[in-house]
Amino acid sequence: MMTLQFLGKTLKNPTVLASGILGNSKDILERVYENGCGLVTMKSIGPAPRDGHKNPTVLDLGHGMINAVGLPSPGYLNMENEWKNLEQRDFPLIASVYGGSVREYQMVAEFVCSKKPDFIEINISCPNSEQHGMIFGINRQSSHDVVSAVKSVINVPLIVKLTPQAPDIADIAKACEGAGADVICAINTAGPGMVIDIESRMPVLAFKKGGLSGPMIKPIAVRCVFDIYKAVNIPIIGLGGITTGEDAIEIIMAGASLVGIGSAVRYRGIDVFQQVADEMDDWLSTHQLSLKEIKGAAHKEKK
Amino acid sequence: MTIPMTDQKHIMLRVEEKKMESREFATLFFQYALPFAPGQFIMVWIPGIDEKPYTLSYHSDKRFAITIEAKGIFSQKAVTLDKGDLVGIRGPFGKGFDIKPDETVAVVAGGFGMAPLATLVETLNKNTTIIHGAKSKAFLLYPERFNIQRQFCTDDGSFGHKGLVTDLLEKEIASGKHFDCVYTCGPEIMMYHVFTLCEHHHIPCQVSLERYMRCGFGVCGACVCGKQVVCRDGPVFNTDALRQMRDFNTRALLKSGKAVDLTEYFSWRCKS
Repeated sequence: MMTLQFLGKTLKNPTVLASGILGNSKDILERVYENGCGLVTMKSIGPAPRDGHKNPTVLDLGHGMINAVGLPSPGYLNMENEWKNLEQRDFPLIASVYGGSVREYQMVAEFVCSKKPDFIEINISCPNSEQHGMIFGINRQSSHDVVSAVKSVINVPLIVKLTPQAPDIADIAKACEGAGADVICAINTAGPGMVIDIESRMPVLAFKKGGLSGPMIKPIAVRCVFDIYKAVNIPIIGLGGITTGEDAIEIIMAGASLVGIGSAVRYRGIDVFQQVADEMDDWLSTHQLSLKEIKGAAHKEKK
Repeated sequence: MTIPMTDQKHIMLRVEEKKMESREFATLFFQYALPFAPGQFIMVWIPGIDEKPYTLSYHSDKRFAITIEAKGIFSQKAVTLDKGDLVGIRGPFGKGFDIKPDETVAVVAGGFGMAPLATLVETLNKNTTIIHGAKSKAFLLYPERFNIQRQFCTDDGSFGHKGLVTDLLEKEIASGKHFDCVYTCGPEIMMYHVFTLCEHHHIPCQVSLERYMRCGFGVCGACVCGKQVVCRDGPVFNTDALRQMRDFNTRALLKSGKAVDLTEYFSWRCKS
């Protein structure tokens, strides 16, 4: 009932596994898909092997999490077995990539594209590295440059994942659209924030600061998607604290076409995707509405 | 709908007592009532150093302990901690052993694998068979601890039978002893052979796996093993899960997420 078409692909429902959650191997991506997820995202793939930060890297604060995992990646050239496994998949896949320069984004994306993911997402929004990710996504020009460089070397739809750290996220989204982006994904983790242990008087995360996710950032995500929807005509994957079907409906009303889920895996388990999809379905049938009818419904002026 | 939120923020505790189990192992006791089921684990943070998963090796309603084998950067620091030193704790996390206190079971421990099994053993009946192996006598953890008799073996013959835990388990089974379940923890290759032996004799098996972990609660994906998430679905897995786990005894992920064979994985883990 929730089946939908998204840029030429058929998805069983609008839920998306957010990048950075599980996503490390074909087996676990397949399990997420089997647990109701419409579209799964691999962990971000980088230009070189990278360990990420020392632990502690992820803390549950009860109302959400803080993390500075730090973009671990085998490096795009060291994943041959995983690509081989993924060739046999029967689920739609987003490959997320990152780099430390426009050229690196382009190089990684071009190679990854040859492995035939259904979509490529560029992560210009991770706050947990000084050299990668967010430094590109807080500036209009650098966002434009990365998108346009990557777009010129790939032949699958390009998703750009944005950070709420940008002073005007809608303006960045517009720049990405202008540079050829096919989809905007918003938002990556908010903050960054910090947790200090008062006994040892030390920041708990080894990287000291980290991105915030989960229910505590949902209002930021909803506002960002609302602003982006007004600014662009390409579809939006809305995420940030989405935990229930009602949360999903809310961000769709802000303007999202698909709904990302990440931290909620912590709170509701891997089958959170099926639960959210079922809850959306229930809400829609109770209200006798379709997904199409509610998309962007919070924008009265767009009706 | 309302989702119940968790509160798993870290807590800071001071070491209450330190006990040297042998030249190789130290146990740190903490006075704190931690809800815990045998087989679960906690994340232990030494401020300024790192954070690693440890099982509780002793547990009562007043105190608990972790046992450390000095191997890598973290554990070498951990064994130098002493009374009054501060550590952070998160958890407990994961699913522990499915305990059958009234059944006839065997516990098979290899080396440091006795640590997660110790609190399990304390819940089991006197009819339990315990097989405990290590490379040599000094690596046999808690040699005097339980009031259930143990069969020992060592690779070098310095204590007990010279040979493998599977030799002793096979002998028990061949002698006609019936087991409702076999619990095991130790090197993965050993657990794999215990599992294979159990499969051959149609005995349900529960193994406790180890993988590099970050979050401890099933989101980051660092510890995935086949379709299972070790920190959340495990670390204890039963026969049904093991039969379908294609990474069991074959591959594990390094910190970067790169999948490697277990020889490469464990040589890295011992140093980290």
